[in-house]
Amino acid sequence: MTTTEVGTGPSGRTFTPAELVAVRADFPLLGRTVRDGKRLVYLDSAATSQKPQVVLDTEVDFYEQRNAAVHRGAHALAEEATEAFEHARQQVAALVGTDVGEIVWTPGATTGINLVATGIQHATLGRGGEAAERFRVGPGDEILVTEAEHHSNLVPWQELAARTGATLRWIPVGDDGRLDLSGLEAAGGTTGSGAGRADDDGRGGAGLINERTRVVAFAHVSNVTGAVAPVSRIVAAARRVGALTVLDACQSVPHRPVDLHALGVDFAVFSAHKTLGPTGVGALYGRRELLEALPPVTTGGSMVEVVTMEGTTFAPPPLKFEAGTQMVAQAVGFGAAADYLRELGMDAVCAHEAELATELLRIAEIPGVRVIGPATVGTLGQDAGPEAGLPDRVAAVSFVVDGVHAHDVGQVLDDAGIAVRVGHHCAQPLHRRFGIAATARASASVYTTVDEVTAFREALAGVRAFFGAE
Amino acid sequence: MSSLEQMYQQVILDHAKHPVGRGLVAVDADHLHGESHQVNPTCGDEVTLRVDVLPGVDGGPARVAGVSWEGQGCSISQASVSVMTELVSDQPLDEVARLDALFHDLMGSRGKGLDDEGVEDDLGDATAFTGVSKYPARIKCALLGWAALKDSLVRSGASATND
Repeated sequence: MTTTEVGTGPSGRTFTPAELVAVRADFPLLGRTVRDGKRLVYLDSAATSQKPQVVLDTEVDFYEQRNAAVHRGAHALAEEATEAFEHARQQVAALVGTDVGEIVWTPGATTGINLVATGIQHATLGRGGEAAERFRVGPGDEILVTEAEHHSNLVPWQELAARTGATLRWIPVGDDGRLDLSGLEAAGGTTGSGAGRADDDGRGGAGLINERTRVVAFAHVSNVTGAVAPVSRIVAAARRVGALTVLDACQSVPHRPVDLHALGVDFAVFSAHKTLGPTGVGALYGRRELLEALPPVTTGGSMVEVVTMEGTTFAPPPLKFEAGTQMVAQAVGFGAAADYLRELGMDAVCAHEAELATELLRIAEIPGVRVIGPATVGTLGQDAGPEAGLPDRVAAVSFVVDGVHAHDVGQVLDDAGIAVRVGHHCAQPLHRRFGIAATARASASVYTTVDEVTAFREALAGVRAFFGAE
Repeated sequence: MSSLEQMYQQVILDHAKHPVGRGLVAVDADHLHGESHQVNPTCGDEVTLRVDVLPGVDGGPARVAGVSWEGQGCSISQASVSVMTELVSDQPLDEVARLDALFHDLMGSRGKGLDDEGVEDDLGDATAFTGVSKYPARIKCALLGWAALKDSLVRSGASATND
């Protein structure tokens, strides 16, 4: 990896200054002030992004012109509403390189992960018949996660392990904030020092991915360190042993080109509200044959074919997983957000944010400031497969300030109109691994400017003096 | 004074740097004692607080003989435990309950402070937290130690309920 040559994606083209001005003008909220008239510097896009006018307009237009129940009723409005809803599915599928029928609407990424984990549990209970046998897990089987996971991609797997008797293991995180894959596969490799299992029964020696591994769930990009996981390597290892892969793509889809088919993962989740879209909607991707085989979790109206008092046959995916009234207006808004990003060009978005990441990382020049995660932006090599040439981290930078608690850091920045996230960012184990309770995190999006990052660095430089930290 | 300076008054910064009562101490066998661990799940701040209660003799009121604690967190949460430790030490339990209620009122005042200045004086250094009450996200930081004290008193058996 090199620090001089920032990965910018195939085109290498970033926004021109005029384009960036135009992008910012698309986001009405960015025009407001906070804390007695101070210009807002929004550096909390990893928590939730702001929304462009076209997303807001699309939702309003849906309610004003098209609102009706989808997939039922034959009147004109029902047709238009259904068309808008299904068109949005095409727009979102196009953003992440999948077939339209492989996108399931969910209320959010957390629900998507729970859908997969609980579906696996139902398969283990015998639901889904022979086709679902491939999902079954039980005592002796292993579920692999990483120490870097957001709680939403950890707790559902802890629960699945507890309910089925399977063992939860995890890939440790190195001092540089990247996954330590030294113990990934056996072949003479050693398990990383922090590699763990909830109930070590002495089967040490086997790699973290071995013939007992049934599921490998991991984040494409850490919401804390900003590090990009080596997806190709993990997917290849999982495939060799027939384990399912579940990718948390919440922090990648909004910020870089993501082609889920090319990455070869079995399932993936991402959320609209981090992707310039509305809250209340997210997407679950599943390879078609897997969605066909996975038993549904939420059952009821809309997800059925034939219902008798004795039993029910289910609709084909994705509808099989969409019981009840869906978040139609939000899904339609999500579609508009996906189109907005594709029109900007994810290569250009990625290049723009790589520049911002480099600027954000310059906070390490401030005395007493320490970045938690990769210190530089490098370029993924050929071993990254479809991601070769892309940056190896995103513009989400967590940090600590010696002698000042993250909450206090955030308060001083807030006083300057600068919004950052403080706390454990729903990743307590990762913070524990670094021996800290809380960090502050600055994160960028398409509309963030270098000028804003400079203002952030200047305000951060004054924090220790304010608290009299030496 | 800016809002930020109103929040981080010098007395708060001083208490955060040189906290009173930090370091758990053993309680005499003939005293009541209770311990409570409180966590703010949104930011990870935590405090473990131990209260030493001197039972009342001859029908007199029970008193807080001492408070000791361990914790980590932001300057507001740590300074608030420290200030509270000073404030409630050697106070009878009904006075501790009154101070707790006053402090909660102060935290609900949205930066305005309490109407009755005489009553506010009873809070001593704790009035420095008035500026914190302007920031809804930080009020729970200031209340963390008070929650631990209330719970410890219940656990000690000295206070009957945890309303």
